[in-house]
Amino acid sequence: MNWEGPTAKVYALHVAVVALLVGLNFALPEYHHGVLARVLVLAVFAMGYNVLFGYAGLLSLGHAMFFAAGLYGAGLPLYHLGWGVPAAFGAGIAAGFVASLIIGLLALRTSGVAFMIVTMMFAQVFYLTTLYFGEWTRGDEGLVLQQQARQVTLGAQTLDLTSPATRYLLAVALFAIVLLASVALVRSRHGRVLVAIRENEERTRMLGYDTFANKLAAVVTSGVICAAAGAAYALLFGYVGSTFASVQYSILPLLWVLLGGAATTLGPLIGTLFMYYVIDIASGYTSAYMLVVGAVLILLVLFFRKGVLGTVRERWVGWLP
Amino acid sequence: MTALLTTRGLSRRFGGLRAVDDVEFALETGEIRAVIGPNGAGKTTFVSLVCGRYAPDAGTITFSGEDITAMPAHMRVRRGIAYTFQITSVFANLSAYDNVALPVQRTLTDGRSRGAVRHGAMEALERVGLSNRANEQAGTLAYGHQRLLEVAMGLALKPRLLILDEPTQGLSDGEIENFVALVREIAKDATVLLIEHNMQVVMELAQRITVFNAGKILAEGAPAEIRGNAAVQDAYLGTTPEAQA
Repeated sequence: MNWEGPTAKVYALHVAVVALLVGLNFALPEYHHGVLARVLVLAVFAMGYNVLFGYAGLLSLGHAMFFAAGLYGAGLPLYHLGWGVPAAFGAGIAAGFVASLIIGLLALRTSGVAFMIVTMMFAQVFYLTTLYFGEWTRGDEGLVLQQQARQVTLGAQTLDLTSPATRYLLAVALFAIVLLASVALVRSRHGRVLVAIRENEERTRMLGYDTFANKLAAVVTSGVICAAAGAAYALLFGYVGSTFASVQYSILPLLWVLLGGAATTLGPLIGTLFMYYVIDIASGYTSAYMLVVGAVLILLVLFFRKGVLGTVRERWVGWLP
Repeated sequence: MTALLTTRGLSRRFGGLRAVDDVEFALETGEIRAVIGPNGAGKTTFVSLVCGRYAPDAGTITFSGEDITAMPAHMRVRRGIAYTFQITSVFANLSAYDNVALPVQRTLTDGRSRGAVRHGAMEALERVGLSNRANEQAGTLAYGHQRLLEVAMGLALKPRLLILDEPTQGLSDGEIENFVALVREIAKDATVLLIEHNMQVVMELAQRITVFNAGKILAEGAPAEIRGNAAVQDAYLGTTPEAQA
């Protein structure tokens, strides 16, 4: 980990990645354009997960709850109360903030395996709650947000979130903001303390750090980013359903991050993209596509133990954040 | 001189064992105090109570006139109590630089020091002679260097009281010599509480010595007094030298 490393080089790399993504808007065929927009939003979810898991070393199995808090926090007021897109997006983020603060205060009383179980249980409670209030959420079937509701008027201009190019560029914008914020976070003093907690919490405490407060801050940062991804998903793709609160969506960000490289800033994007296409391509050939995913995971564990970018950093490019 | 640290009736038990039993202890500002005693005498438990790693069952701890008995460990560190671990406990996967940058940025946040993290970190590494290894991963450093890094982390906290728990364990004779000089240097601006088994180091450094045995203070005094104390020899050897001879 190189904090005082080549700052210019690091930011140049990340800006170049964002520029490439913007450029792809004009180059990609329609199908892949749609896929990438979705992947970018899910990659934001993975980046949020990475803050807590990769940097602070806390393995949560309940992050579907934070994604879904954003999804429902944005989707429900838009659908039922007729809120506009910006207000709904803000509500989604606020829902994630409140959820992560409460869950953090409770779950951080535990650590290790107990933390995994507690976060998973809370997420299950959240999932079951979305089913229980089926009258409003329509459970598994979900809500479809209508096209008229997903428009933003900026002066004389109207942004239609259902138009592919707008949707893609908004996804890139959210991704870019979260990416650059996470680069700044991991290079900050707080980022250094999080890594220290991951490496040895007792030692960090004896250097004068309130490790509970730092971990709570990490849970909230992570929860808010994941909620932003959830809110964006609801608004950009127009669907809000309980599936996104299920345990599957707690496991997926863990896999994406492990694949791409935990504690790397660009790893979550690579992991999410890779996994999405493996499933996409494999399911075109066989209904047993999870078998292919399993084989790929085994290969990665064998040859890229630290994930794609984690291994690249270890072997070749030491300055990667 | 005023007392920097005092404990009154300090006790801590583990199950049936009274690890620290009703200890009355006072440490003057600016002194180098050695704490010695046989294995299991309660030395590490005692300093762990002082720095807040364990909570006492009874008694009070006063630091610089303030009752810190119920204060969490990280707040005590910010008040100026630094503890270096008996078992080397550097962040093995981080660079030596990052290991000292952590305590440096803490003192900057607290307003106890000024300037850039880089400056403070390099200064701490220089004081222990590790500045040329700043970018090496701490876990790959030689054992003696890891011990020095541990001391540098303590130093970088700008402590008023530095607790060194068996710092010379596993060091070579040459390294011990440098270490003694380093502690003398440190003691110019900090009070030092040193748990140590190496009697040569203790006699060279300590102005006063406190002897622990079975959780209690057995004796306390200047090095010469302790050397001649029959009860101390008894505790260490199980017998007095006369009986042995």
